[in-house]
Order: sequence, then structure tokens, then C-alpha cells
Amino acid sequence: MRIALFITCFNDTMFPRTGQAVTALLERLGHTVEFPQGQTCCGQMHFNTGYRPETLPMVRRFTEVFAGYDAVVVPSGSCAGMVRDHHRVVAAQYGDAALTEAVGRVAPTVYELSELLVDVLGVTDVGAYFPHRVTYHPTCHSLRMLRVGDRPLALLRAVKGIDLVELPAAESCCGFGGTFALKNADVSNAMLADKMRHVLGTGAEFLTAGDNSCLTHIGGGLSRLRTGVGTMHLAEILASTEGDPR
Amino acid sequence: MSGADNVVWLGSPAFPQAARTALADTQLRANLRRATGTIRDKRLAVAAELEDWEDLRETAAAVKRHTLRHLDHHLLRLEKSVTAAGGVVHWAADAAEANRIVTDLVRATGGSDDETREVVKVKSMATQEIGLNEALADAGIRAYETDLAELIVQLGRDRPSHILVPAIHRNRSEIREIFRREMGEWGRPAPEGLSDDPRDLAEAARLHLREKFLRAKVAISGANFAAADTGTVVVVESEGNGRMCLTLPETLITVMGIEKVLPSFADLDVFLQLLPRSSTGERMNPYTSLWTGVTEGDGPRNFHLVLLDNGRTATLADEVGRQALACIRCSACLNVCPVYERTGGHAYGSVYPGPIGAVLTPQLVGIGSDTKSGAASLPFASTLCGACYDACPVKINIPEVLVHLRAEAVEAGRRKRVLPTAEALAMKAAGAALSSPGRLAAAQKLAALGARLVARDGRIGALPGPFARWSASRDTPLPPRETFRAWWRRTRTPANEDDPATGERKGRG
Repeated sequence: MRIALFITCFNDTMFPRTGQAVTALLERLGHTVEFPQGQTCCGQMHFNTGYRPETLPMVRRFTEVFAGYDAVVVPSGSCAGMVRDHHRVVAAQYGDAALTEAVGRVAPTVYELSELLVDVLGVTDVGAYFPHRVTYHPTCHSLRMLRVGDRPLALLRAVKGIDLVELPAAESCCGFGGTFALKNADVSNAMLADKMRHVLGTGAEFLTAGDNSCLTHIGGGLSRLRTGVGTMHLAEILASTEGDPR
Repeated sequence: MSGADNVVWLGSPAFPQAARTALADTQLRANLRRATGTIRDKRLAVAAELEDWEDLRETAAAVKRHTLRHLDHHLLRLEKSVTAAGGVVHWAADAAEANRIVTDLVRATGGSDDETREVVKVKSMATQEIGLNEALADAGIRAYETDLAELIVQLGRDRPSHILVPAIHRNRSEIREIFRREMGEWGRPAPEGLSDDPRDLAEAARLHLREKFLRAKVAISGANFAAADTGTVVVVESEGNGRMCLTLPETLITVMGIEKVLPSFADLDVFLQLLPRSSTGERMNPYTSLWTGVTEGDGPRNFHLVLLDNGRTATLADEVGRQALACIRCSACLNVCPVYERTGGHAYGSVYPGPIGAVLTPQLVGIGSDTKSGAASLPFASTLCGACYDACPVKINIPEVLVHLRAEAVEAGRRKRVLPTAEALAMKAAGAALSSPGRLAAAQKLAALGARLVARDGRIGALPGPFARWSASRDTPLPPRETFRAWWRRTRTPANEDDPATGERKGRG
């Protein structure tokens, strides 16, 4: 099976460790990961902020770069959602029939990490070891665009040594929302405050999620308050082993 | 508030500014959290009771889609059947025309001036949308709201902040103060020593309203639904005050948005199951009033139906945006919205707050119109978390319409301005960088360098410009020295291999 990694522009720049974890994890499970160098960005920021014509080159590039793979893995629920749900909207509005057709071929091969592991590769126990108290935040796009359901929790429950604690009001949005956090900073802060209160209430050492963007927002708040609670992408927990701890 | 286009309260600031004011009101936030949390849990529980809940949603969505596609046809059928049943149908293109029609009808009811100068009202979004109470006041006619929550808002000289629970932002001690202070101005004063016990408050409202029900010659209502085949109009409510208005006065005037029509009486089956469960978390509505024209010796002797357009036809022309017209005003989306829960309804500057308001208001007033800049900020008042779409009983894809309207707002801005905004310039620059791996790598190097210049202890504190408010409450992590792309090339790509995508040579020399 040819698995390509779409790292996402944000992870590429800010969280290479997440990409390294995905690679280590999939290779440990016996798969070969390819990293097409021509990849850039899914276009979500432009699309969601209303800059649709600017999104078109990114849709075109993604579709060309990731054509022909059996599966494309994305360590981000929101970027996977953008590709699966919105690329066809951009293609239909600003592209041509050929692009629409190409998007239709590529988009269904794109999987968020937990989907790839559970649905495509058929594993829930990935042989990870992570001896810490952890709580999981289901990010909105994973939850409601991709409907990943409890796949991430099933993966986490199979991790050895983990003390997985439930996050109260887990399904409430953390208030990030891309440019929402800049345009409506005060509302975003109010939502963040409630999310942090719930995280702190669990007594967890780490908050994990399938999206580093949400984790940057929540983690930035937890850091500012000097709470000592860390944030870590799901991939990094799943990649951890006794021999190779994160 | 007067004249046309009352959907948006003129002079309201854009959402981010209005939200800041609301967020500072801790009492408001506590009231809202309690109220929306309670309704949210009740709705989930009663929706889960129905095994065919998802089928009901799908059926309702299909009926609405069909109706909106053939709206002209069903409206003409409705006009015919209402007329045949003894009612009179009026068509209003906008708020001003609707207000004029209603004012003339109230004046023409005959009787002495004193009797005709007041009307009782059933809670109605359509009449709020057109600013009817204010238009009637301008014509010397006093309109009394009879819904308990609307009464609280009217007596408090306030604005409704929720579609279903207009006074959701008030707690009971605030309500007691309003009753004590204002009831005497409008009619029977509040009883001496009124407590803030809900039972006492309800009794005070009952006594205050009873004399109005018994005296009024004219009632004005909205409509939840109207069946085109029979001409039957439907109002659902919880208190019975609406039914008093719908049955006691001689003349009944109903103002109804044209999107409220349903093809047939049988369609009510689905909607009367969905609406109470989605709105108040009840299995069925305490009072469901249905009337068909006029009936000799029973109920009002004159019935007028005002069919209101006020931006709906223009909304219908938008293939993505038109689904907002399927809304049955249940407010389930408000009660699950994390933004609404923190800001309340007033921040939306419109009679339609929350997620549905954020998609409906800009469409009804026109997103590119100069005087309504507040409306253009509404589609951005969401994190696109999607909780509203999941809750909507008629499956309006609110996130889809939000991003669609954001694109329209940006395009409208581009058409109006000679110079692009700072945001447009930033998006253009980001777009250029993100369209090529070579340019992206260069931008990443610049960002990492810049970040190291401003960082302290591996974290970035204060940031300039549009990031200032972000950095006021959050640290930003420092980008690592090596990007993933660079790590991969360093560790995985064989030396001296040309990169086919970028054309860049990996090896030196």
C-alpha cells in the first residue's frame, strides 16, 4: 500500500515532531511512508476566511501532488476535512471539469490519522507506551466534519501505561476557529477559559488532540497561566514506546 | 428603529465590538450559561426518545427544499385557499409596505378611537423583523405584547436576545424590578410586595394581561406554518396567551414570512414533532392553534394574512444561502452555539441572533449594502464548529452558508474598495507562499528567524498588529529550527537527488 503523508503547512513549520511521529508509527506498523516534496497547504485558511479564488492554486497543487496514492494520511482533522469536503466546492466554483474530476478521485483517499489506523490499516493497538495521565479533546472538525467518533479514544485506550481521563464538556469548541481567534479575540478567549478550566479539572499532565492548531490555542493559554499542563498531538503519544519515548 | 430594513438594528456595531461589551457582563453570561445548558440537555433527551428522529429531520429538510423550489406555486395556492375560507390575503414586498398594510387594517376596524388604538400581539419574529410595534406607535396605536418573555422585554424597553426566549438574558430578580417599575405605565400595576418567585411573577403578568385580552378588538400574530392546500394557519406556543389573542378579538391580522408555507396540511405531522422537541425540549406543544379563514359565530370575524417578502426572494436566488429560509425558528442552534452562549443575542445586532441569524440577517438585508456593515461581520462570528448543523431539525448546513457568505463579504469588499485591506494583502502574500514549496520554505525560514528575534524562554509573548489580542492571553510556541520538510530531506532523501517538484537541488555543488 502506497501511503503518502500530507504534513500540512502548519505542522511542517511549527510541529515537525508530529510528522516524525506519524512516520515512525506507520513504519513501526510495517508500512512505507512517502513524502511528496511538492506539497504545500490545503487552503483552509483562505477558504474559511472568504478568499476563495486564492484557494484554487492550492487545491490544484494538492490534487496533482497526491494523485495516485492508495491513501493520504493527514495528522489534522481540519485539513483532512478541508480536502474531503471543500476542495470540490472550490473546484466547481473556480476550476474546470478536469479539476473537479481529479478532486473527486483524490479526496476520498485522504484520511485523518485515526481513520487511517482504524479503518484502513485495521489496528487499534499500535503498540505504544505512554505512562502519563492524559485527557483527550475531540476537535470540532474531526468530530463533526469527519465523524471520527471514538476512533482516537480507542487508540488511546490501547496505549500501555496511559491513565486516560475523560474531559468534561469535551465536545465544546475550544474557541480557536482559525482567523476567528484573531477577528473575535474576546469571544475566543472566553471559550478558551472554559476549555482550560475543564482541562485543569482532570488533573491531566497532557492534553492531546488530533489537531495541532487547537492544541496551540489551548496550550498557549495553559502556558501563559504557567499551569504545567503540556499539549501533545495524538500521533506523538501513539508513536511513543519504552525504547523511544517522546 | 423605524422605517424599512428593521432586521438589523441601525447603529449596531460590528459583532466583535458588540461581543466585547456583552462579554464584560458577568450576570448576562451566568444567566445564559444556565438557560442554554438546561434547554440543551432537555432537547437531547427528548430527541433521543424518537427512534426515527433522523428520518424526521431528513423528511422535514426534503419538504422545505421542495417548497422553496416551488415557492411561487405554493403561495398562490395558499392565497386561493385562504380567500376561499373567508380570509383576505395581502402581499408586502418589504417592511414599510407590511407596516402600512397592518396600520391601515387596524385603523379600518371601526369602533371608537380608544378601542382601535390598541392591539394585542402574539409573539412573532416577523413583526419584530419589520419593526411593527414601532410603526404602530408612530401611527398612535399601542401594541401590547402578551407572550410573557416578550412582555418582559417590552416593559423593560429592551430588545429580545433569543428567538424563543426573548428575555433569556434576564433573571427573575431583574424581571421583578421591571414589573414593579413599568407595569403601571402600560396598564394594571404589579401587585404590592411582588416577590421574585416564578409563580408570583406569572400571576402578576396574568392579571396585567387579562384586561387587555378582554378589551382588544384587534390581534396581530405571526405564523409558524401555513398549509397551502387548506389555507390553515398555525401558531404554536406554551402559555395560552397566544390562543387568547387568536380567538377573542374581532379582527385577526397575521404577518407571515413567505417561506413559512407548507404544501399540505399533512406536512404538519413532521414539523409539529420536530419543533417542540428542538425548541423547548418538550414532547409536544402545550398550545397548538390552527385556524382556517373565518368561522361564523366562532373566533375572529375578520382574518387578514399579510405575506411578507422583505429580502426573502433575493435570498431564494442564492443556491447555497437559500437553505436558511428553511428555518422553523426553533432556536436549537442558538442553544448549542458556544459563541451565542458567551455573547448573548444583542451582540448580533439583529432580531435573528445566533448561528441562524449570522446566515439569515446578512442575506435579508444584503451583505454588500453600505449602511449594514454590522451584518457583514456576522458570518465571521463563528468558529465553524458545526454544533448548529448537528442540532438543526431541518438540517440547514449553517457552516456551509457561513463560509459561503464570508466569500461574498470579501468579494463585496473587493468591489467597493480601491485599495485592498491589510487582511487581503496578507491573504494574498500567504497565498503566494503557500502555492509553491520553494516559496513556502523561504517563508518558513523567515518566520523562524523572526520568531527567534522576539522569543523569550522558548515562547513568544506579545505580538504586533492583528495578533496583539491573541498574544494578550496565549503564548505562541517557537517554530523549531528545522521544518519537517527539511528534516525529511536531510534524513530521507538520497544525496544529490534533484527534487522533481521544486526543481531545487539538494546536494551542494
